[in-house]
Amino acid sequence: MLFRRSALAAQVAWLTLVFAVPASAQLLNQDHPGEYSREDIATGNRVYGAQCIQCHGRDGDQISGVDLRRGLFRRAATDEDLARVITNGTPAGMPPFRLQPAELTGLVAFIRARFDTTATVRVGDAARGRAIFEGNGMCGTCHRVNGRGPRVAPDLSDIGVTRAPAALERSIRAPSTAMLPINRPVTIVMKDRTTIHGRRLNEDTFTVQVVDDREQLRSIAKRDIELLDVGTKSTMPGYADRLTADEIADTVAYLLTLRE
Amino acid sequence: MRRILLALSIVLLPLAVGAQVTSVTGPTAVTAERLLRAADEPQNWLTYSGGYASQRHSLLKQIELGNVKNLELKWILPDQVFGAWQSTPIVVNGIMYVTQRPNDVLAIDAKTGRVFWQYRYTVSPDARVCCGSNNRGVAVLGDMLYTGTLDAHLVALDATTGHPVWNVTVADPKLGYSITMAPLVVKDRVLVGVGGGEYGIRGFVAAFDARTGKEIWRFYTIPGPGEAGHETWTGDAWKTGGGSLWVTPSYDPATNLTFWGVGNPGPDWNAELRPGDNLYTDSVVALDADTGKLQWHFQFSPNDTYDYDSVQVAVLADLNWRGTPTKAMLWANRNGFFYVLDRTNGRFLFGTPFVKVNWASGLDAKGRPIPTPQPPGQPTWPGNQGGTNWYSPSFSPSTGLMYVSAWEDYASIFRKEPAEYVAGRNFAGGGANPVTPVPGAPGVRIGRSTPINNWTDVVGHGTVMAIDPQTGLKKWTFRQFDVTDSGILTTASNLLFTGGREGYFYALDARTGAELWKASLGGQVVNGPITYSVDGRQYVTVISGNSLVTFGLRE
Repeated sequence: MLFRRSALAAQVAWLTLVFAVPASAQLLNQDHPGEYSREDIATGNRVYGAQCIQCHGRDGDQISGVDLRRGLFRRAATDEDLARVITNGTPAGMPPFRLQPAELTGLVAFIRARFDTTATVRVGDAARGRAIFEGNGMCGTCHRVNGRGPRVAPDLSDIGVTRAPAALERSIRAPSTAMLPINRPVTIVMKDRTTIHGRRLNEDTFTVQVVDDREQLRSIAKRDIELLDVGTKSTMPGYADRLTADEIADTVAYLLTLRE
Repeated sequence: MRRILLALSIVLLPLAVGAQVTSVTGPTAVTAERLLRAADEPQNWLTYSGGYASQRHSLLKQIELGNVKNLELKWILPDQVFGAWQSTPIVVNGIMYVTQRPNDVLAIDAKTGRVFWQYRYTVSPDARVCCGSNNRGVAVLGDMLYTGTLDAHLVALDATTGHPVWNVTVADPKLGYSITMAPLVVKDRVLVGVGGGEYGIRGFVAAFDARTGKEIWRFYTIPGPGEAGHETWTGDAWKTGGGSLWVTPSYDPATNLTFWGVGNPGPDWNAELRPGDNLYTDSVVALDADTGKLQWHFQFSPNDTYDYDSVQVAVLADLNWRGTPTKAMLWANRNGFFYVLDRTNGRFLFGTPFVKVNWASGLDAKGRPIPTPQPPGQPTWPGNQGGTNWYSPSFSPSTGLMYVSAWEDYASIFRKEPAEYVAGRNFAGGGANPVTPVPGAPGVRIGRSTPINNWTDVVGHGTVMAIDPQTGLKKWTFRQFDVTDSGILTTASNLLFTGGREGYFYALDARTGAELWKASLGGQVVNGPITYSVDGRQYVTVISGNSLVTFGLRE
């Protein structure tokens, strides 16, 4: 029910947006979702430094509930949403910015590229990429997408929003060089000698939270742990030798469409 | 007759019970004399750092090593505004005064958490701040409160009603000036400094008549032509030299000196645009409280390229330092070195790293760092947020130790870029990225906005350090998984209270670092815990996330 409601809300918002600000929506010409030109990203970098950094900060995380580099927004979901928020401002106090079309395109690109002005990634065909994901790539053996697949590895349903193309490509080719530290595999030997294998979800001074290999959420007090081993090697195989460059580009394209 | 008796008893109560009186409401009447002797009335917390020496050390002893485990929640006051709540409350005669974002002030019954009044201030849309709508608290004198605003005003409020008495413009917010620090009252003046180190400001301290708001003196942290120190600047760089002030100073009545930690030079990261030592950025300046005249200075990080603001609180302690009675100033600096200075003249006595440092190989005989800049793209320790930062430290005369919230195993890769000054715009000249294990992984940043620690301890962790000022050695350390921006409080009963970004609030044994008690409050602690007592009962207050939380012993 919850999903259905938010989908409806998103649809209403989208319709409003299409009719209210068609200009900004048309600005964003992309061959593929998530793919932005280096020129646009560089333009956006300049605009950000001059206009946005005062409030959003160098890392884009100075406004509570907003983390531009990590794709966490209060209102925006799509590129068009972002453009609208920038153009119109927000009731919470963000002023409207009257940018040139190229500046607006660039700023959205810069935010979507996670402030990374250097990356160039080839993005292939999403339909072929989906076939690889579900077929000989066997990605669905561990990853879950839109309610299908196991929960052992991170759920990829919104990976196209939370990761830039360069990071996705790196994850496919050599997962250990791209695995976020929080996602590291853990082996926990408890003082009672039971052992837990899983993926770390959170950790603090006294506790660690994991999803174990039986898909159970576990929160464990460190005082009950004999050994906490946090691995730096991803349990995912690298695909640099398993897929061709074209297939990797196609898989990246598919992942970029996952924007739940 | 009954009414007369009642009135008489209100008048007589303070006389009868003396310093123990705590529940009298009404005009606060905090005299300048009482501020001088703040330590003598530990039931109150009269200044940002708990007294002019800024030791954050309370003589209250009711909560002690044996009973601290019996602390229980007494009340919570939720903030209605989201964002880091960095304010340190003050407490006067059972009434707590605290600021909340952006520039509101609340008067609270310190025993129950019920609010007497709320002052709301509307910040000008011209205000701009680098790092959030922060405010760190109020000052008190007589029956007035004083608070600075994000649009660089100084406002005096009636402490009984919360109504503004005067409001003066300190600086132009359109040029990036702001006030985030709690002011300090000395004698009949309100002293305050300006923030804006990322906007090419020219920092200054100003003193205002507490009754009228009239400015009495002003000291620029960036000396102009003809002033001593101006020769440490080249060309016009001094005009946009930064030198912000965003943490409350300390004061030594014996010498009538106020001690101010000065922020970074502008632009932050490109020192080539400002050749020279760039005085008095990243320094401590000793200013005469009556005239604002500079008596001495000590610069921690000349020609800084790392944004190593020296906005730490100057901790004043009279020590028998290595056999010599010494009026010392203890300083754990953002640049990773711990210093002992002679506060009468600024002379460097001793300095040593308290975290890993590779931007300098050490300090020379005068305390000047020997720079070892790292090649472009290589990590620099400590990282951009420093070995510590503005988080209030504590000194306990009882243990003789200095307590610091430090960041360990934390490095940044700094880069310099061209910077052109445009009034009111960010003037940074580069940037800094935290060193992370994989490209694009979350680095530790200013403040925490998520309940999940996505960055983990591989990018740095927090440690409460007990540093012996005699040697610079750590007597003990208390390691946390995430970093900490919490201030520290110690008491005469050898308790240490602190928090961290994970939302735990701790009581440690100040002698050993042993954990005696903790509460999981959930939200990051980015203020300084305080203690006070009302009606003979001691309380401890801390802010966690969007909640101001007060603990006391189980009754």
